[in-house]
Amino acid sequence: MTTKATAAIAANRFGLGARPGELAKIGSPSDWLKQQLQGAPPLLVAADLKSAVQVMEGAAEIAANVRELGGDGREDLKKIAADETDPVAAQQARQQIIANRLPKYFLPIYQADAAARLRNAVATDRPFVERLVHFWSNHFAVSVDKVAVLGLAGCLEREAIRPHVLGNFADMLLAVEKHPAMLQFLDNQLSIGPNSPTARLAKQRQAANPQRRQLGLNENLAREILELHTLGVDGGYTQTDVTNFAKVITGWSLGGGPYQLNRQSDGVRPGAFVFRAAIHEPGAQTVFKKRYAQDGVQQGEAVLRDLALAPQTARHLAVKLARHFIADDPPAAVVERLTQTYLKSGGNLPAVYAALIDSPEAWSDEPAKFKTPTDYLVSLHRGLAIPLPAQAPQAIASLNVLGQQQFRPGSPAGWPDRSADWDGPAAVLKRIELANSLAQRLGNSRDARALSSQLLGDTLTEATRMSVDRAESGMQALTLLLTAPEFMRR
Amino acid sequence: MTSLDRRHFIKQCGLGGAGALITARYAFAGVERTDRRFVCVILRGALDGLAAVPPHGDPDYVRLRRELAIAAPGQTDGALPLDRTFGLHPALGFMHESYLAKELLVLHAVASPYRERSHFDGQDVLENGTTVAHSSQTGWLNRALGVLPKSTTHGREAGVALGQNVPLVMRGPAAVASWAPSTLPNLSDDTMQRIADRYASDPFLGARLADALATDAIATEAQGDEDMGDMGDMKKRPASASVKSNPAPRTNAAYVETVRTAAGFLKRDDGPAVAVFDTSGWDTHANEGGGQGQLATRLGALDGALRILREQLGTTWQQTAVLVVTEFGRTAATNGTRGTDHGTGAAAFLLGGAVAGGRVVADWPGLSAASLHEGRDLRPTTDLRSVMKGVLADHLGIASGALDSEVFPQSGSVKALRGLIRA
Repeated sequence: MTTKATAAIAANRFGLGARPGELAKIGSPSDWLKQQLQGAPPLLVAADLKSAVQVMEGAAEIAANVRELGGDGREDLKKIAADETDPVAAQQARQQIIANRLPKYFLPIYQADAAARLRNAVATDRPFVERLVHFWSNHFAVSVDKVAVLGLAGCLEREAIRPHVLGNFADMLLAVEKHPAMLQFLDNQLSIGPNSPTARLAKQRQAANPQRRQLGLNENLAREILELHTLGVDGGYTQTDVTNFAKVITGWSLGGGPYQLNRQSDGVRPGAFVFRAAIHEPGAQTVFKKRYAQDGVQQGEAVLRDLALAPQTARHLAVKLARHFIADDPPAAVVERLTQTYLKSGGNLPAVYAALIDSPEAWSDEPAKFKTPTDYLVSLHRGLAIPLPAQAPQAIASLNVLGQQQFRPGSPAGWPDRSADWDGPAAVLKRIELANSLAQRLGNSRDARALSSQLLGDTLTEATRMSVDRAESGMQALTLLLTAPEFMRR
Repeated sequence: MTSLDRRHFIKQCGLGGAGALITARYAFAGVERTDRRFVCVILRGALDGLAAVPPHGDPDYVRLRRELAIAAPGQTDGALPLDRTFGLHPALGFMHESYLAKELLVLHAVASPYRERSHFDGQDVLENGTTVAHSSQTGWLNRALGVLPKSTTHGREAGVALGQNVPLVMRGPAAVASWAPSTLPNLSDDTMQRIADRYASDPFLGARLADALATDAIATEAQGDEDMGDMGDMKKRPASASVKSNPAPRTNAAYVETVRTAAGFLKRDDGPAVAVFDTSGWDTHANEGGGQGQLATRLGALDGALRILREQLGTTWQQTAVLVVTEFGRTAATNGTRGTDHGTGAAAFLLGGAVAGGRVVADWPGLSAASLHEGRDLRPTTDLRSVMKGVLADHLGIASGALDSEVFPQSGSVKALRGLIRA
């Protein structure tokens, strides 16, 4: 095994796959990567992409129409509620109508965002930065199997990840935890401080009427911030830390709850972050050995800023970054280097990325990582210089087949990032079939022999070169190139 | 994965959109009486002519071919008799019937002008109709469409290409229709075999692929015959899962659909005069087999497809000529992996009701050491362009001047083989 910085490794291991002619233009591989870190944050703007507030305003409108029985809401209500004069039945029916309509409203919004991120990945001139966007987006995963985030997952990436991917981790952390997608994904808008004004009022009412529901904490977001977003599962926090942190972030909410969407409710635009003092647990809290006495939203912000700079967080992020770019079990020296750089720079992400680029271990000539389905698909389209299908549902459909539906990892832990999670037998066969389909479609319009060195550079093995050379047709040669081990891995 | 799943897969992929895969965009215009039909079938990968048309009467044949030699007629898995020197591979039952009905003409020791051994370049020369690879972006058959005489009538488009892509031979200024089978672009066994070969040096991926194919085979068998339609003996699927012992074509369904559709186009009065389709998987470097085995299965599938073509064409078969060609032949001797490597002289077939068949056309050079081209290949004695010119002239009525210049540029010295078509 040797380690040498080459254009092919830069484009394939750090990027999203070489495009024809790209390797020849890469001078110094590490300079090429570092230059991508310069300049504006990699925002993604397009006419068909909505902001979270726009998405939620649309949802609020749907809900309001149903509540006011405007439009066709009355017809739906008649169908569902046997007796629309019964207020309880009518209310339940209305909720049912809203629940039926929202997914249909969210779906095209989701599809547009999922397609846009893939198209951007295929077209970008800063593939390393785009890989980092995907990395952080997966670090702060939401999953669209929860309908409440179906229309917001793309917004989270565009509004909270992209602006900070070349900035400071603490800023990204705060933006994410305040985003309506994350708040709803992990239920924080439902979490109510047990001693908050609202809870105390509820307690009094409950004394009079024991049937009433008790209001209380929901630890979901607090736990995942500690376990997944910052310290890591072995970060040394306790259950008391989780509970206390959950109290700290009570009141972190959004305008318009998921199914109580009402534009007029409190003057806050649906989908906008709002701190609701009425449900916030008052008083100082101790989290991870430190006492926080701040009032209001500043209390949670202070905890997050401290968590961002904890050595445990630094190590957790260093391991994940190194695992993503280098190997399932990354070399300890790299993890240590990234950790120290992170701490010394105060969580400055470009400094950490630069340390990664400067790590010789990252340039091993043995490709240790199996591409994820997304990265495989993107590298196919970059390598063949063909765009994704024009319609959003078609553009994202092949990833459903390959097993990585965009923004749907199924868990707040995000997609797993070890090769074994992606290289199962059926997965390998599906990639082969996809490559074959694309090759059949392109016919002999691509010269696989020329393309092999253009895409794989000096990582092209003699075995693959011979396999491509000896193919019985241009199409077959292309399939053999796109299924070669060095194209499957990076 | 079953073929049903495969279709599902492609639908999900959205690759079927934009007309890329499922294009039945053929439209017919003027209704005119068309007599002559021509089908060109390209076998990509270099068909082993010495297996398809074994020269069992050649004294050197068995010595060179050893265990791959096709036995003489009358023996177990022996050749189907043609004449004293040649037979047909035993898998070519329909071809043999056609021969006996004087509707098959067998050509041997033929070759395009190409004398190197690259598939890509060889196919390019075979299709571009010149003597140099990549010297033309258009194909000889398309250029022929441009000079069709009025007597050879056809619909709006004179030609149709059946397959995912229009092959080079049919590309050019003349408008052609294209149609692709609605089934998925299946991975051919050969492509899968090559991927498996490449993964041989990557034990991890190799094992993964073997596992996936084992599952695939079970799923295919579970699916049974339902999906295979009336494909006769082509529907047999192997029970074995490994690529190495799984030579049955994975492409039969698409093959049959292609042939049926070709026939559907050609038998219409207002249809195209010319159709082209290609098949792959003929590059038999290892475990080629003899009377049975990998190549036998493939030849059987081709033979079955041609039989279906004849059946589907009905009476149109009487006005039809089908030319089956490959880019070059294979080595005269068996190689070290019970296969054959890229060679030169090849076999070709011309069949159909319009063909003056029932004979072998070959200026046989022999297989003695001294006769072999570069000491290893069957020496070509007939330029394939002569055959093509003969068919284009006598079947489609194209003037020899056009054949010598436009269709096959600067080929005046290559004379058309006459008498291939019934008068």
